Amino acid sequence: MAILEVKNIYKSFGDVEVLKGISFSMERGEIIAVLGSSGSGKTTLLRCINFLERATKGEIYVDGNCIFDAEEGRVSTAEMRARQLNFGLVFQSFNLFPQYTALENLTLAARLQAKEKPDFKKNKKLILKNINERAAFLLGKMGLEDKLDAYPCELSGGQQQRVSIARALMLSPKILFFDEPTSALDPEITQEILKIIKRLAARHVTMIIVTHEIEFARNVADRIIFMNDGIVIEDGTPEDVINNPKNERTRAFLSKMMD
Amino acid sequence: MGSLFEYFSAFGPNAARWASLFEGFGQNLLLFFVTLITAIPIGLVITYCSMSRFKPLMLLSRTFVWIIRGTPLMLQLFVVWFVPGLLFDVHMKSRMTAAMIAFSINYAAYFSEIYRGGIESIPKGQYEAGQVLGMTKAQVFFRVVLMQVIKRITAPMGNEFMTLVKDTSLARTIAVAEILMSAERFTKQGVIWPLFATALFFLAMCGLLTLLLNHIEKKLSYYNV
Ligand SMILES: Nc1ncnc2c1ncn2[C@@H]1O[C@H](COP(=O)(O)OP(=O)(O)OP(=O)(O)O)[C@@H](O)[C@H]1O
Ligand SMILES: [Mg+2]
Repeated sequence: MAILEVKNIYKSFGDVEVLKGISFSMERGEIIAVLGSSGSGKTTLLRCINFLERATKGEIYVDGNCIFDAEEGRVSTAEMRARQLNFGLVFQSFNLFPQYTALENLTLAARLQAKEKPDFKKNKKLILKNINERAAFLLGKMGLEDKLDAYPCELSGGQQQRVSIARALMLSPKILFFDEPTSALDPEITQEILKIIKRLAARHVTMIIVTHEIEFARNVADRIIFMNDGIVIEDGTPEDVINNPKNERTRAFLSKMMD
Repeated sequence: MGSLFEYFSAFGPNAARWASLFEGFGQNLLLFFVTLITAIPIGLVITYCSMSRFKPLMLLSRTFVWIIRGTPLMLQLFVVWFVPGLLFDVHMKSRMTAAMIAFSINYAAYFSEIYRGGIESIPKGQYEAGQVLGMTKAQVFFRVVLMQVIKRITAPMGNEFMTLVKDTSLARTIAVAEILMSAERFTKQGVIWPLFATALFFLAMCGLLTLLLNHIEKKLSYYNV
């Protein structure tokens, strides 16, 4: 069964229709790169799936369960959070919490969640210890074992983005989304982040990555979705989309990006 | 007047005058602390209303802030002191109570605008990062946003605190026996120095506040927002 199914998503801001019927589905372990020119609606699509914008029309399913239906009324806070936690999102601008250390950035949400569990009072010490260990482990994986107690303002852009990736992984989302994770970074640091995403790919983490790095998309993604003006105009393997694009627009975009 | 004055009279008239000034300044300090303790939370409630998505509440709140900030505090003191008696035959318990009410409302209105500015200056990304991590709106506000707001408003709030120290002497307009009123009594007896000596009290209090605020700012400087 598809882990994610996006059905006919529309989104308008006022009179401007930005998404005009987006549909695709993805399997567990799949890695999709989303390409497309500026303003084509990539960020808006990610934000709609992650509940940061409310789509005007359409439905979204995770593991066959409906998690979004534009027709649906208000959903309870608890249900909303459960749905939200299917996904992890890495922002272009990191959005780390400045008053917390790298470690605390990872543990904050996990602790708040743990506190609501009925057995928290009884096993408090152990639960908090586990949370801290997991956070330290993830930061270690990102090569930040010596930065656990550093504040975001004491970290370089690349380090901040690594913390934010670890933070998104902390709650074990089913699908991890990236919105241009390297576009706020220097070219050399870009490679460092891309390497980390490649490592996640090797572990078959299900990911959707909006990127302008075509080479990276070709090497890492199982599938490329190419968006233009609010619709998907290509959806296929990197070979299909990059080497044999069906659409004139895609060809124009690729030739511009590759030189 | 007070017992301090009589007690220190034994040490000569000047000792008694100093005692009287101290006593007066006690009223200023009382008004200062009560205003802070009440206006800080009331301001938060006003901010909440001013930022409400429920239009009527928002407009009501902003109109209230406009009226409070748009009229002199001195006038507000008169209103709180006289109007309840004139309109509803309810009399204020004491002049000090009336001053406390007027000051609390006045300062709450100013604080609320500082809070609003602080809250609105926090980037949307902070809320969004909290949301995608499954935090509730309240958790995002109290765990993520609030500390950053506090850091951003420390300087403007410090300014207000300084102003408040000195504004407390406006309570004199409804005859609260604060320090300037005490000093003025002596001018009528031809002794003018106590009037100028009041400056020392205000300077001392503002000096202490400056030190305290510097300390807080330093404590909060471990991160940048
Ligand atoms: N909150 C908003 N209000 C109004 N219009 C918006 C809003 N957000 C996005 N848009 C519009 O939607 C369109 C798509 O924007 P979006 O950010 O999704 O594009 P994108 O594909 O991510 O572009 P880029 O590659 O530059 O990041 C743009 O024309 C943008 O102006
Ligand atoms: Mg974008």
